[in-house]
Amino acid sequence: MEKVEKEPLLSAKNRKLLTNPLGIDNPITVQVLGICSALAVTVKMKPAIVMAISVTVVVALSNLIIALMRKSIPGRIRIIVQLVVIATLVIIVDQFLKAFAFDVSKQLSVFVGLIITNCIIMGRLEAFAMANKPWPSFLDGIGNGAGYGLILIIVSFFREFLGSGSIFGYPVMEKLGVYKFGYEDNGMMILPPMALITVGLIIWFQRARNKSLIENK
Amino acid sequence: MKDFSNKYIIIFSVVMVVSVAILLSLMALLLQPRQEKNVEVEKKMNILSSINVVSDKSDAVQLYDRHIKESFVINTEGKKFEGVDAFTVTLRAEQKKPLAEQYLPVFIAVADNGDTLHIIPLEGKGLWGPIWGYVSLKKDLSTIAGATFDHKGETPGLGAEINTTPFESQFHDKSIYENGNFVSVRVVKGGARPGNLHEVDAISGGTITSKGLEAMVHDGLEKYEKYLSQNRK
Repeated sequence: MEKVEKEPLLSAKNRKLLTNPLGIDNPITVQVLGICSALAVTVKMKPAIVMAISVTVVVALSNLIIALMRKSIPGRIRIIVQLVVIATLVIIVDQFLKAFAFDVSKQLSVFVGLIITNCIIMGRLEAFAMANKPWPSFLDGIGNGAGYGLILIIVSFFREFLGSGSIFGYPVMEKLGVYKFGYEDNGMMILPPMALITVGLIIWFQRARNKSLIENK
Repeated sequence: MKDFSNKYIIIFSVVMVVSVAILLSLMALLLQPRQEKNVEVEKKMNILSSINVVSDKSDAVQLYDRHIKESFVINTEGKKFEGVDAFTVTLRAEQKKPLAEQYLPVFIAVADNGDTLHIIPLEGKGLWGPIWGYVSLKKDLSTIAGATFDHKGETPGLGAEINTTPFESQFHDKSIYENGNFVSVRVVKGGARPGNLHEVDAISGGTITSKGLEAMVHDGLEKYEKYLSQNRK
């Protein structure tokens, strides 16, 4: 039996689980996980936000479920068990979106299904939930989902603003009237490679400000 | 992590898989009616938007009944099939049949301004999966009154732009016949020539989707050629 700890729900340690992934332990810019979907869904801000929310829900709940089951999962098939839990949650999310938020589900289309293969989720299950209690695991899931979402939103902001001249579908550039002076949207920004370069710039910015992230040679 | 016996592992996996299977089938059964309803309403909204009638989830069924006067299924010779409901025909299944046996649905609609329009459904391939759409033709059965497209999983911001108004509205008043010959509408990379009746702009970054859409419009409408020439006024 586990010893029941008298730890407040949001102790300093638990708060770190939530805030670290936003900055110094960000899943995309520091752990370099989940890059693939960061490229695919960041052309527009709206799908990026829905994707961020879906991933947060899935990673938090699967972390919770795996942490609850962690003592009864046989080590030899743990990856399969993790996959089954993730896949089940993703299908449930997808079915619910189709029934109750049909428009959003159409916009995200295949990317909801692809959450199953998002490395952040498996990474967190393997690295955290298998060895920790349910509540910290749940917080870790929320934190990592939010850290992933934060980068997604930053990247999609720049890609939509520079590539399509709009923010959240609102045509900012057109309203400012800059097209009349010969300004043109940068078509490069909506192509996948520019997402990678944007992520690279964010990593550069983050490391320039926080020297402790730079590896020792 | 302690070692578990093989027996435990097998029982564990069986229990896990069976309970997940039951959970998911229950979910699917419970949510299916709602999902099917969503699909039906969406199809009606698509058909309506091809005749430039704006509808939303709440009034689509009602507006559909008001505007769509008649629907029937023909073959490539332009002859009608009896007893087939045009609304339930799935084009993807039809396209696998030999050309002469394919059901080709036609919807006759009355637009807000009283014009009679022919609506023709289309289905083709994009980059990642199926794309489809509806094109409505004016009385001369050559001039496009409206077009609407949609897709299963084209890339957001690139190929997925085919279902946006700026792209769809380009098809207004384009013509699929030139001097009595069927030419369809071309989707031109780099921009259509201004004033050209048979060209629209492609989507930057969505070349394969644009090409797929062009092929879909051409191949889809071509099957109706006999019907269109027989009924031209």
